[in-house]
Amino acid sequence: MKLISCTRGERLKRTTMAAEHNNNALHNGTGLHSDLARKFNKDEDRVDWHDETLWWIRQKRDKITHGIPNWEALREAGSQIKHHTLSNLNEYLVQFEEQCQKNGVTVHWAADAQEHNEIVLSILKKHSVDKIVKSKSMLTEECHLNDYLQHNGVEVVDTDLGERIVQLAGEPPSHIVLPCIHWKKEEIGELFHQFMGTPKGNADPQFLTHAARLNLREKFLTRKIAMTGVNFAVAETGEMVVCTNEGNADMGAHLADVHIACMGMEKLIAKREHLGVFLRLLTRSATGQPITTYSSHFKKPREGQEMHVVIVDNGRSVQLGRESFRNSLKCIRCGACMNTCPVYRRSGGHSYHNAIAGPIGSILAPNLDMKKYADLPFASTLCGSCSNVCPVKIDIHDQLYKWRQEIVKNGYSPKTKTIAMKAMAFTLSSPTRYQIAGKAGRFVLKNMPFAVNNKFNPWYNEREMPAVPKESFTEWYKKNKGGK
Amino acid sequence: MSSRDKILNAVKAAQPDKQPLPDLSAIPLKFDDAVAKFIEVLSTIGATVKRLPKDRFQSELMDDIGEGKNVVNTISEFVLDFASPDKTVAPQTYDNLDYSIIPGQLGVAENGAIWVTDTEFQIRALPFICEHLILVISAETIVHNMHEAYDKIGIDNPGFGAFIAGPSKTADIEQSLVLGAHGPRFMTAYVLE
Amino acid sequence: MKVGLFIPCYVDQFYPNVAIATLQLLEKHGCEVVFPLKQTCCGQPMANSGYEHLTGGCNENFIDNFDVPVDYIVCPSGSCLLHVKEHLHAETRHEAAKAIRGKLYELTEFLVDVLHVKNLKASFPHKVGVHQSCHGQRGLKISSMTELVAPYFSKPESLLNLVEGIELIELDRKDECCGFGGTFCVAEEAVSAKMGKDRIKDHLKHEAEFITGADMSCLMHLQGILKRQGSKVEVKHIAEILNAG
Repeated sequence: MKLISCTRGERLKRTTMAAEHNNNALHNGTGLHSDLARKFNKDEDRVDWHDETLWWIRQKRDKITHGIPNWEALREAGSQIKHHTLSNLNEYLVQFEEQCQKNGVTVHWAADAQEHNEIVLSILKKHSVDKIVKSKSMLTEECHLNDYLQHNGVEVVDTDLGERIVQLAGEPPSHIVLPCIHWKKEEIGELFHQFMGTPKGNADPQFLTHAARLNLREKFLTRKIAMTGVNFAVAETGEMVVCTNEGNADMGAHLADVHIACMGMEKLIAKREHLGVFLRLLTRSATGQPITTYSSHFKKPREGQEMHVVIVDNGRSVQLGRESFRNSLKCIRCGACMNTCPVYRRSGGHSYHNAIAGPIGSILAPNLDMKKYADLPFASTLCGSCSNVCPVKIDIHDQLYKWRQEIVKNGYSPKTKTIAMKAMAFTLSSPTRYQIAGKAGRFVLKNMPFAVNNKFNPWYNEREMPAVPKESFTEWYKKNKGGK
Repeated sequence: MSSRDKILNAVKAAQPDKQPLPDLSAIPLKFDDAVAKFIEVLSTIGATVKRLPKDRFQSELMDDIGEGKNVVNTISEFVLDFASPDKTVAPQTYDNLDYSIIPGQLGVAENGAIWVTDTEFQIRALPFICEHLILVISAETIVHNMHEAYDKIGIDNPGFGAFIAGPSKTADIEQSLVLGAHGPRFMTAYVLE
Repeated sequence: MKVGLFIPCYVDQFYPNVAIATLQLLEKHGCEVVFPLKQTCCGQPMANSGYEHLTGGCNENFIDNFDVPVDYIVCPSGSCLLHVKEHLHAETRHEAAKAIRGKLYELTEFLVDVLHVKNLKASFPHKVGVHQSCHGQRGLKISSMTELVAPYFSKPESLLNLVEGIELIELDRKDECCGFGGTFCVAEEAVSAKMGKDRIKDHLKHEAEFITGADMSCLMHLQGILKRQGSKVEVKHIAEILNAG
């Protein structure tokens, strides 16, 4: 795109090009998040409802953390423990494995999602089981385990109420802690009417929760294998801590003959005493509760039971090697960054088209597939609120900025955008070129996104353009202050 | 090469320079009255809390439970007229259990959590499968915060332990709090002095 | 003391009054102000779009302009200032870049921390809502942040409180992003506009007559929405209020 002085015809052409660029989300990545976000915003009342629900949780988080005078020191400690563990991860993984084996737990290692899924299926096959219950595990979402097992003839019942709701609806969770935060109770009532035979039109949360309790109780009592996620794995003891409010992980694991726990390898912490730090941080950050109802420490299988743990890499060792991004492995999956994110609240979890949505998802996803998720680091204003609420002080917004650089460097940015940026850099690097770029040096007017004055510019959909003053400050200064 | 070795090698090559562990001594949170704080917090998260002298516990408990209930008691200290856990039957047998009575090893003032282990309750499903969970702790075991709790618990506990704070709950439907998701719908803590 | 004035390109072009108010305010408080004339752009629009590697020329030009004998470099925009503070470097002029980074101040932090302004001869008898711009607040820390457990402070508000007749309103959400976000404002137009509308709703609910802030880019975005809505509420950069009357 030519930016230096041009004929009227050329200028017209340029304006049309600029409009096209803007329409194609020129200034951004692939535009997918923005398209999905635009769809979500078609129903403004629903956006308001979604935003306010999550903001309410953010406020609960504020209220409870402000009651802990040394909250910031606690975050710092959490961050440092994670850093220490990551810096010794090799040794701690070996220690964890040894302890697990001592405890009678079988340890499996999965290099990627495929291997993880195959390991799980092989355990099921060994026991000739084709029906299982599973409590919340974002790792299994990341690995698309449900699809894999279903294709292999296994019925998986997600037992967390929110996960069960989205599972019945055929959707992935839209939030890591609040899987069906995008569903209204009337819609859930309808869903339950369809799948559980509850009376049509009954949308009372108490009633619906009780219906799900009865429905899932039968599953807990009859399934021979239960899967759970892992919130924290302790190298020192070989135990796995699973936190729930509903008690579904415990109902599954303690009633089944086989318990399979799946964990990303970054779930490790060095010592049991570190749980004191993380259990203080986790639920206060997540929902504003002082602690989850159940913080269950699974160490040994009960008599006659089998226990397995699957330790999964799936890109984590690569992320560990990326200095700019390794801090993302500190994440304890509390979801606070989602609740506080003004973009997440107004675009919904599904707009991130990744198992983990929101700010943290946007810095984890490009590590898995930079091309597919090239849009996510751009789905942010870089406001920085996410980094402030993060209980382990991940520099989320700085990493978003760094991913943008990485994505461009690796060629996953639209060519048109690169051309425009190069032209912009060329002009702005020289005051002379800048001043002759347009009449009276109004380069900004023609090139800044908020100033491209035509109806194709997305700025104009809901906003007026700023008025153009009769002289710039530079012109005023030269006139009034005698500058040259 | 096995996936195990592949992963461990990759991790070794990727991990950053060693960083020391932080000093945790500056973090603890203290209260003027830990027992009062414990009761306050646990009451706000859906549990009923009763503070009473140890010698009144038995009669109070019997009154609270009443007649004709399906109860399992795992406290050996008190001779109560209830069944003891039977490890010879499948845990599913305990579906429809009205009450589980379980001793807690300690309580945590900052969050109302009570630490329980399967050394006491023996059947791991018991605290979760019942309609109404009764946890019993001694007031003097209440600590201020989680750091103190783990100091006391140490690292040599048995196969399963849990912090339990209130009845099972969910707010997955429009953030409306409902007590009794999959586990107990009620929880009562007796704090004995 | 001698102050170099760093005026962001869009302020120069669209909001000369903000730059003039900044200049006058600094002069009123005894600063000798120089405005290097060959400023273009700090490079942030490119850098935030993932093209920081193309901002070398902007960096060189910035150093050309500000490698001059001044004690401080002051800018009435937290966002542009933060970008330069965090990213200004040049391979062959490492020392010059470092020296410049050390002299950078956002306007309100300069007035509070360096000039220790305790009174202002300004009057603005209106109900005013303060928009906390994220880069000034969370980046430069010119105000405390609601997410952190820390004592409350706000450099912009402490200055506004010196203005005669002003009434600062309380907001429901004290420091939520307005959704401008540089190129985000067009690339994610739907969310950007919704965020802006929601911010405005909060200010209108609390009966603001003016919305002010230390970053004109956020205010420009809010102004665009206010105008489209036909609202009588106006935006004013904080320099204009501190320099009023």
